[in-house]
Amino acid sequence: MFQFKKPHNELELIMKQGKKRIPHVPDEMFVCCPSCKTAILKDELLENANVCIKCGYHFYINARLRIHNTADKGSFTETDPEMQSENVLGFPDYEKKLTQAKLASSEAEAVITGFCTIEGNPCALFVMEGSFMMGSMGTVVGEKITRLFEAATERGLPVVGFTVSGGARMQEGILSLMQMAKTSGAVARHSRAGLLYITVLTNPTTGGVTASFAMEGDIILSEPDALICFAGPRVIAQTTRQKLPQGFQKAEFLLEKGFIDAIICRQDIRKTLGKLLMMHR
Amino acid sequence: MRAIDYVYAARAKGRCTGIDYIRNIFTDFIELHGDRRFGDDKAVVGGLARFGNMTVTVIAIEKGQDTKSRVERNFGSAHPEGYRKALRLMKQAEKFRRPVVCFVDTSGAYCGIGAEERGQGQAIAENLQEMMMLKTPIVSVLVGEGGSGGALALAVANEVWMLEKAVYSVISPEGCASILYKDPGMAEKAAENLRLTADDMLEFGVVEKVILESLSDSPFHIIKNELMATLPRLCAMSGEELAEQRYNRYRKLGLIKS
Repeated sequence: MFQFKKPHNELELIMKQGKKRIPHVPDEMFVCCPSCKTAILKDELLENANVCIKCGYHFYINARLRIHNTADKGSFTETDPEMQSENVLGFPDYEKKLTQAKLASSEAEAVITGFCTIEGNPCALFVMEGSFMMGSMGTVVGEKITRLFEAATERGLPVVGFTVSGGARMQEGILSLMQMAKTSGAVARHSRAGLLYITVLTNPTTGGVTASFAMEGDIILSEPDALICFAGPRVIAQTTRQKLPQGFQKAEFLLEKGFIDAIICRQDIRKTLGKLLMMHR
Repeated sequence: MRAIDYVYAARAKGRCTGIDYIRNIFTDFIELHGDRRFGDDKAVVGGLARFGNMTVTVIAIEKGQDTKSRVERNFGSAHPEGYRKALRLMKQAEKFRRPVVCFVDTSGAYCGIGAEERGQGQAIAENLQEMMMLKTPIVSVLVGEGGSGGALALAVANEVWMLEKAVYSVISPEGCASILYKDPGMAEKAAENLRLTADDMLEFGVVEKVILESLSDSPFHIIKNELMATLPRLCAMSGEELAEQRYNRYRKLGLIKS
C-alpha cells in the first residue's frame, strides 16, 4: 500500500528531494499584489508606504505607520492613549472580541488621536485603525475624536483625520449610534470657530462613520480606489436586485458624483496636507 | 413582552404613521415640498402647522397606510433628498424662530443605487451637524422604528421622546443576527442583546420621556400635553442656549472610563 508521509521538518524535506536543494524563501517575505499579481518583497513594500511599486495599488496600512509617514518626525504627541472600551450593554462575547482586537492591532482602540506638525504646520490628527474590530466606532472612538476636536477648537488648530471603518460598532448598540451625533457636534463647533478640517477617506470608509465625521470635512480627500459608502455594495445589490454600475462607491465614482474634493496617492498625501494647512494659516 | 415583540409591534401595519400624528396634534397643516436640489422625497412629509397660537415646522417620516401609499412612500425609507428637504425646512424654521417637531418612524435610510449616488452618507452627516447648531427648539418623537442613521438624521434634538412600543437601534435585529450568528432567524436573541426598547433608551439617557400607549388616554393627547408644557419652555431659551443644551445632551452619552 502506498503511503504518503508528510515530511516532519525542513531537513527531512531536503533529504527527500535529494542532492538538488531547492532554495526557498519563507512565504511571509513576499506579498502578492491583488491588483497586478506581482510578488513584492515585504521590505520594499514597506519602504513605499505599502503601495505596490508596480501598479500603485494601495495596501492596508496600520495607523502607527500612517502617522509615521504623515507627521513630521518626532512631532506627534498622542492623546488619551489608554482609553478602553467597556461592555456597557453586556453584549455576548464583546470582551473576547476586544481582547482579540487588541492583540490583532497592538492598539487599545480603533482610533489614535494626538497633535503634531505636518511639514511644519501644527494640527490635531486622528487616524483610525482598521485592524481593531474593522475600525468600528463605539463610545471610545466617539469620545476620543470628540475630545480631539474640542481641544483643537480651544487651541485654534486645524484637524486632519484619516478614516477607515466598517461603521458603527454593533456591540455598543444605540450608544454607538449616538457617537455619530456627538462627533458631529464637536466638528460643527470647531467649524464655527473658523477652523479647517481635512478628512482623508481610506479603504473602506462605510456606514455610520461616512454618515458623520468622515463627510464633514471642509476638504475631503481620498486614496485611489477606496470604497466609500453608507450602505455596502452587497446590501445595495440585495435591496435593489440590480446590477451595480462599474466602479460603484469607489473614490473615483464619488469624485464624479461631486462628493469628494480630490483623490491623492498615499505618497503625495503628506505634501498635499502640508500645502493645504499652510494655505489656511 | 420580549424585545423582539417590541420590534414587531413597532413595525405593525395597523400602527399610526407620521401623518396621523401631524393631523391629530396640530391644526392648519400646509405641506411643503422639495429639497430645491433634486426632487421631492415622498418618504418625508414636512411643512407648517399651528399649535395653539404658535406656528411650528413639523416633519415626519411617513411609511404609508395602504399598499399603494406604502410603495409611493418607499415604505418610509428616505433618500438623500428626503433628509435635504427636512434640513431645508429646519433652516427655514430657524430663520423665523419657529420650533421644529419631528416624528420618526423608519426601518432605515434607503439602501439604493440612486441614494448612494446622491450622497446618502453626506446628507445624514450634514443633518447631524446642522441640527446640532440650530438656533431654534427641536423636539423629536420616535413613534415606530428608529432605524439607525436614517432615524438619527431627524432626531438630534433638545428633547427626544419615544412611544412605549417604539424601538431605536443601530442595526435591525435581523441584520445583527446575520452578522453575529450567520442566521437572520436568531433575531430574537439579537434583539435582546441590542437593548432597543423605550425603557432601555430611558435608562441610557437617549430619550427624556416614554409616551405610554396602553393608557386610555391616546398618545396624540399625551404628546399634545407634553408639547404644551415643553415648547414654551424651549422657546424662552436663546438660540445659543438651545444649541448648548443640545450639545451637552449628546456629549454625555456613553460610558467612558476616564
